Amino acid sequence: MKGIGLLGRKIGMSRFIDDKGIFTPVTLIKAGPNYVVNVRKEDNGLESVAMGFEVVKEKALNKPKLGALKKAGVPPVRFVKEFRYPGISEQFQVGQEVNVTDVFQDGELVDVIGVSRGRGFAGGVRRWGFAGGPKTHGSRGWHRRIGSIGNRTYPGEVKPGKKMPGQYGNEQVTVRNLKIVKIIPEQNIIAVKGSVPGSKNGFVLVRKAYGLGPQGRSE
Amino acid sequence: MDIVRRIEQTMMREDLPSVDVGDTVRVKWRFNEKDRSGEEKSRVQAFEGIIIAKKGTGISESILVRKISSGIGVEKSFPIHSPNLVGLEIVTKGKVRRAKLYYLRDKKHLVVKKRSRF
Repeated sequence: MKGIGLLGRKIGMSRFIDDKGIFTPVTLIKAGPNYVVNVRKEDNGLESVAMGFEVVKEKALNKPKLGALKKAGVPPVRFVKEFRYPGISEQFQVGQEVNVTDVFQDGELVDVIGVSRGRGFAGGVRRWGFAGGPKTHGSRGWHRRIGSIGNRTYPGEVKPGKKMPGQYGNEQVTVRNLKIVKIIPEQNIIAVKGSVPGSKNGFVLVRKAYGLGPQGRSE
Repeated sequence: MDIVRRIEQTMMREDLPSVDVGDTVRVKWRFNEKDRSGEEKSRVQAFEGIIIAKKGTGISESILVRKISSGIGVEKSFPIHSPNLVGLEIVTKGKVRRAKLYYLRDKKHLVVKKRSRF
């Protein structure tokens, strides 16, 4: 079923070898056990399943959160996220424990959402790949600047969206259509091909790929 | 031990002798290729030389083997946990004092001290 997914943590990257000796770069994600915190089916067609992940001590949560989780009959969890997709609410009951094998299979495509590693306030060279200036050949004090940012009287403005220095990283990033290379059910670990946003031990959301829409575009 | 290492260990090979930099080894490597009719074929080729470097850890570990082939230096890198590595045998144990023997690239003859056995 499309749209459903699990919450997890990125463990790190590794390589897998197949029997022909071909290496595949993989990211390992510990995604489970998840608990169904809430299931919604509203009259206006909105359907959602809220998953919780990572059991913590009770005192780590505030009382409103704890109350909501107690009502659902799940252990206290640090992360709760909602998955919305039509028809999603039928398969799950509140309080249910969900493991990786309940949702994912080998070879499936998934989207992974995480928060990219923060680089702070970064200049144009790092943030946008600008070339900067020459290091030598008589260049003085013009090494990593961004250059011109516009024309003259016409248009008389800096175009909105002009690439400039600023905060880089530490934002939500979605990587679409990563292939699940292997699932390790005993440890609730998914290995997806390629890299995933965020640092080691960072929180990620793995969901079944939305894939291509009717026009061949991503939904 | 962290989880990545533990998962890698389930896929790592344990049938190989432990080799060190400076050892002269004979590596048998399987090549998978297609012949003219498109049929899958594989053949095994041996490569004998001195290990001049070890790179990577865990499942990514590889050895760099150098030999002199008709007067021309040839280096090949082998990922030692690959299933294409059919055999790895030690011809002589070497005794070296560095981890990377890149200085051998400047020499016409590859000479490494042999380790005396006990």
